[in-house]
Amino acid sequence: MSTAAPAVASATRKTLPRPSPTRQFGAIVRSEWTKLWSVRSTLWSLLVTVAIIIGLGALFCVARVARADRLDPRELRNFDPTGFSLNGIFLAQLAVGVLGVLVITSEYATGQIRATFGATPQRHLVLAAKVAVFMAVVLVVGLVACFAAFLIGQGILSAKFHEAALGDPGVLRAVVGGAVYLSVLGALGIGLGTILRRTAGAIAALVGLLLILPILVNFLPSPWSTDINKYLPLQAGSALFHTVARTSTELSLWVGFAVFCAYAVVSLAAGAVLLARRDA
Amino acid sequence: MIEALGLSKRYGSTVAVDDLSFTVGDGRVTGFLGPNGAGKSTTMRLIVGLDAPSAGRITVNGRPYHERRFPLHEVGALLEAKAVHPGRSARNHLRWLADSNRIPRARVDEVLEQVGLSTVARKRYGTFSLGMSQRLGIAAALLGDPEVLLLDEPVNGLDPEGIQWVRRLLRSLASEGRTVFVSSHLMSEMALTADHLIVIGRGRLIADASVSDVIAQASANHVKVVSPQAPALRSLITAAGAGVEADGDDALIVTGLECRDVGTIAANAGITLYELSRQEASLEEAFMEMTRDSAEYLADPDVAGSVA
Repeated sequence: MSTAAPAVASATRKTLPRPSPTRQFGAIVRSEWTKLWSVRSTLWSLLVTVAIIIGLGALFCVARVARADRLDPRELRNFDPTGFSLNGIFLAQLAVGVLGVLVITSEYATGQIRATFGATPQRHLVLAAKVAVFMAVVLVVGLVACFAAFLIGQGILSAKFHEAALGDPGVLRAVVGGAVYLSVLGALGIGLGTILRRTAGAIAALVGLLLILPILVNFLPSPWSTDINKYLPLQAGSALFHTVARTSTELSLWVGFAVFCAYAVVSLAAGAVLLARRDA
Repeated sequence: MIEALGLSKRYGSTVAVDDLSFTVGDGRVTGFLGPNGAGKSTTMRLIVGLDAPSAGRITVNGRPYHERRFPLHEVGALLEAKAVHPGRSARNHLRWLADSNRIPRARVDEVLEQVGLSTVARKRYGTFSLGMSQRLGIAAALLGDPEVLLLDEPVNGLDPEGIQWVRRLLRSLASEGRTVFVSSHLMSEMALTADHLIVIGRGRLIADASVSDVIAQASANHVKVVSPQAPALRSLITAAGAGVEADGDDALIVTGLECRDVGTIAANAGITLYELSRQEASLEEAFMEMTRDSAEYLADPDVAGSVA
């Protein structure tokens, strides 16, 4: 200890005002906000997310422009310039999902979760506050990244292709949809983290659900593979940031989005039930 | 005030806490003593509602902890000093705690000052020593200026100066009328700090008494007598119906007789005495005596002796 021993303060009793037991959720939200921004990994992960969405999107667009004269006619049919400029989301979703997992598993890993539940015995409210804060942050960061990726991407594509404008049908929905997709995915990460409590396990579950399961399902004979695939989260949710249906078998836009949200809702509900039952 | 009534906690087939009933009163330091694995930390977790009891109930100031919305204003706890995210600064750790219970942020700097961590308030927790962690844990417990304080092994890892500081802090908190409940496996520490002791072993209550009573109980009627005629004295004492054990060549430890009884027996037989004294057991010995049957991990005394 480099610090000198302090004198024991002769504290007078009850100098702190007792708050009324109302507005508890606001207090927890503020607390979770403080937690989120007081570790460096949050800022870095979000910056990486933005960089991937903008950078990868631009890279895809540059590549397409470079190969514009030699593209297969099939590649030109049904071209979705909006969705194309947002392709970075497919990689960035991993950063968001992992950060969502860490929102809760990092507390279990350090044992800090016991301080959290000691300060707020209403565990479901803690979970709700975590989800609210993280979804809001990801939504804002996602909006910035998706609008930037869209505008930069269209700027690049316009050299050789007919670019999309925000006023075109479905375009604004797709750009905003990219941010909404990431935000819901973050909630799914928190849900899986709450159920599994371990960082490695929850990340494995997330990657498995998003990326591995579709590969495995493809090994099934059709029509089972296509019937099942359209209900998997990536397939069901990613229509939200495209303006053109990519396959004839995918769910309609809003049905797909509802299915995608159901994954997050179910995982969070299961997590909330387990939180109430388990010892912390 | 903390009240446990028939409190039990099982983890699978392991019984961690077994039908505990006790009351921790205001205005004094109550030591919670027991060997490692006795169930002290489990009991602490049950108090703050982190674990749910398998049977019985435990209340703080008359109601279960988890019924509170902002519990830190009423109950402050140090359960595990190390349970802090390593990337967060001490100040930010206390800030999120303060925010969650609507405690003014100015209070964070106050308690950091109080525990002597002001100069390292902005340092990442990962760089903290165990002693600094303990101080941060104590700061967190003090944050809401609570009436009830629970501290699980607060002096672990502190230097002698830090230990003295914790002692003075606990006494001063108790003198303000607060309930102070401190666990320790160090009897000597509790002898200096606590007014009252609750002793448990294997999850069961062994003693619930003042420190002086616990010592007196364990050292009742131990008399040491040293005589060049120890064997003769020994048979006389045995004949009087008291217990006696040899303690070296010339010394005897007598149980069941007072000094004056032993002196009278010796004088009547014309036996010379070099020493005759009442033996006060230390709290440590009292504790060993009480918990001998309930210690979870006992070293084989022969093996331990040969190593030493």
